[in-house]
Amino acid sequence: MTAPAPVAVRMTGISKSFGGIRALDGVDFEVFAGEVHALLGGNGAGKSTILKVLNGVHVPEEGEIEVGGQKLAAHSPEAARAAGIAMNFQEMSLIPTLTVAQNIFLTREARDARGMIDDADSVRRAQAIFDMLQVEVDPAALVGDLGAGQKQLTEIAKAISQNARVLILDEPSTALSVSDVERLFVFLRQLKAKGVAIIYVSHRMDEIARIADRATILRDGKHVITAPLADLPIDVMIEHIVGKKSKGLSDVTRGDATRGEVLLDLANVTGPHKPENVSLTLHRGEVLGLAGLLGSGRSALARVIAGIEPAVSGEIRIKGTTVAIRRPADAIAQGIALVPEARATQGIIPAHSVAENMVMAVLGRIAPRGIVDRDRVRDIADRMIARLSIKTASRDHAVSTLSGGNQQKVVIGKWLATEPDILILDEPTAGIDIGSKAEIIRLVRDLAQAGKGVIVISSELSELLTACDRILVMADGRAHQILDRADLDDPTETNPEHALQAAERRLQIEIQKALTIKEASHG
Amino acid sequence: MAKAATAPAGAFFANWRQNIIYIGFVVIFVVFALTLNDKGFLNPNNLLNIVRQTAMIAVMAVAMTFVLSAGEIDLSVGAVAGLTTVTVAMAIAVAGPVGGVLAGLATGLAVGVFNGWLTTRIGIPSFLTTLAMMGIAKGVAMWISDTAAVPILSPGYSWIFGGGSVGPIPVLMFWMAVIAGVGHVALRRSGFGRKVLATGGGEMAARYSGIDTRSIKFKVLVLSSCAAALAGMLYAGRLQSGRFQLGEGDELSVIAAAVLGGTSLFGGKGTVIGTIVGALMIGMINNGLILMGLEFSQQLIAKGAIIILAVALSQKRG
Repeated sequence: MTAPAPVAVRMTGISKSFGGIRALDGVDFEVFAGEVHALLGGNGAGKSTILKVLNGVHVPEEGEIEVGGQKLAAHSPEAARAAGIAMNFQEMSLIPTLTVAQNIFLTREARDARGMIDDADSVRRAQAIFDMLQVEVDPAALVGDLGAGQKQLTEIAKAISQNARVLILDEPSTALSVSDVERLFVFLRQLKAKGVAIIYVSHRMDEIARIADRATILRDGKHVITAPLADLPIDVMIEHIVGKKSKGLSDVTRGDATRGEVLLDLANVTGPHKPENVSLTLHRGEVLGLAGLLGSGRSALARVIAGIEPAVSGEIRIKGTTVAIRRPADAIAQGIALVPEARATQGIIPAHSVAENMVMAVLGRIAPRGIVDRDRVRDIADRMIARLSIKTASRDHAVSTLSGGNQQKVVIGKWLATEPDILILDEPTAGIDIGSKAEIIRLVRDLAQAGKGVIVISSELSELLTACDRILVMADGRAHQILDRADLDDPTETNPEHALQAAERRLQIEIQKALTIKEASHG
Repeated sequence: MAKAATAPAGAFFANWRQNIIYIGFVVIFVVFALTLNDKGFLNPNNLLNIVRQTAMIAVMAVAMTFVLSAGEIDLSVGAVAGLTTVTVAMAIAVAGPVGGVLAGLATGLAVGVFNGWLTTRIGIPSFLTTLAMMGIAKGVAMWISDTAAVPILSPGYSWIFGGGSVGPIPVLMFWMAVIAGVGHVALRRSGFGRKVLATGGGEMAARYSGIDTRSIKFKVLVLSSCAAALAGMLYAGRLQSGRFQLGEGDELSVIAAAVLGGTSLFGGKGTVIGTIVGALMIGMINNGLILMGLEFSQQLIAKGAIIILAVALSQKRG
């Protein structure tokens, strides 16, 4: 950029709250025409909120948006589209029962002389876009039959087919192969040369270093810095992203891990899609963390262990005995419990009471002769409410009346009722407030101390660092390396808060390193 | 994976589950032709009779294809057809055939707008809205007609709506062909049809793509009631009277025809041609079973079994 480029997007003083939580607090965000602008931040920093505001999905409480020098008249997806803004949604805007071409041009189909939809033309234009990107996607295939990577390419094609002046790409590369990402970059550079403003969101610092001209970093809903990428080496970026957001977690002390026998032992386990050849051991009394980006295979590994997507090869040993886990019931019988990622759909039945939810996984045991023993239901519910200190008006209140953190405790209680040896928690703190997060982490430590083996998956590194004794770094379905939590600490740092931040930066760097190693091995 | 299909015929059979309705139609036709030839199954009059008996179901089923494709359902079509026979007959008695036609269309429009409003604005699921409407429409028809048949004394009306024929071709067949043709093009090629399929295929995604899904759902429910009213007008013309019992229970045959034809009950997938073949298949099975001399009880069982078999064969198994 030699001459000052015209401003494509100017957002000033944008604020937005959700139920009392300020997701965006007076954020300024400016993107030039003809640049790739990276938008960075940790989970909950406000990245997706500000993009949804720009895209018209959310209406801000305060602030103004200018696109190409014109103030946006209304906050709606239609107004944003009319202003020339296009965005790829994370598979949210694809209809599985329509073809790729039909999806790309939905509501914008070419019409023939009689005003009828010309599908052949859509197929041709879709093919032209895929040819330009040099990727293989069949425009006539049904979207429902596609794999994740092809769906993502379809989303991207849909966004770029709109010939937008501002193109927002939200994590476009999570399901793409390395070579596909490279070709996407070639194409983005062409768009850039034509003066399109591109906002690029990714957790992969290596990608950002390669494609972005400038970056804006958000943290806790506030603008931290906007700078040319040349002024932002990776460690500085990470420092700005991490900031002091670990506050409130550093006071959770990790009890001394008294490691017992090996509870779970995986040898070269491969799942139907992911993971690939993962080996790990989990001891009694230990918390093992799985770190990695979206699509790194952390949740897939959990699903393999829990029998939801059974392993296709490799060996699973529990307490030294090789076991076959072909369905969830096998895993439960082996003392494995998975607290799933999507609390609302996979964890709880919101309209049912705390007690009813709590006994859902043990109905067989408490219902001899088919009649549920109500005394035992009350007993289990009261025991769990006390043990997990669940804040609820009573055991008979609907789970939907509880806060997010307490709902999560109900899910954990439900699985503890099965008396598992091995407990897997997938993103246990997603969408709950910081106070409850610390409480959940403390609970995880307590469970390990009580002799269980716990596996925790979390995208919030500060949580992993606080909860875990060892951390397995994953990338692209493979186990990259196993880190001892203690090795991430700097013995000279005495301030616990700073120490946690330093450890978080190290872990970030290891995760980013795992990505580059994956690329080297592929390329 | 099946072997790569080189010829179009190969592709047709490779996707045999998808095309089971057409294969099933031909198989049943051949079986009936061979076994019931002596009973006159292949007699042109008998075949045209099948068309006559199928036309009303087919007209309603074309609209039902849109309703199901949009992820909704309309259980009130049979009762609305019955109500329309009564309103048409009563209106013809006082205002002549043109008034009758207008009254019939107004009936369909009124019910459809009410169904659509309750479903999309008040938020009652269409299953419940139209289940309740089924009772209301039937009740109104019984009430205003005093449960008696209302004769239609207009030969012109009866000829156009159901009774007439051009040479050997019954007018009902024209109605069916026109509705099927318009419906097919509208679903396959029009922007409206594409929006209907998108709404049923993924409502959230459709909304993100800028489709007003509530308006689409409203429109398909209005369309369905209007088609039911047209079917009622055909019943009235064919039988030269309005009776509340006409069309009773048709909703099940209509839904069965659409589903047999490959329309998904969960939305997002539907074909009008399949629906028409599905309706004809149900009519043909009815006719064949009668010719076989089965009792009504046996016909019901055989018909149910054939429908289950056809739908089971069409299911994708994972």
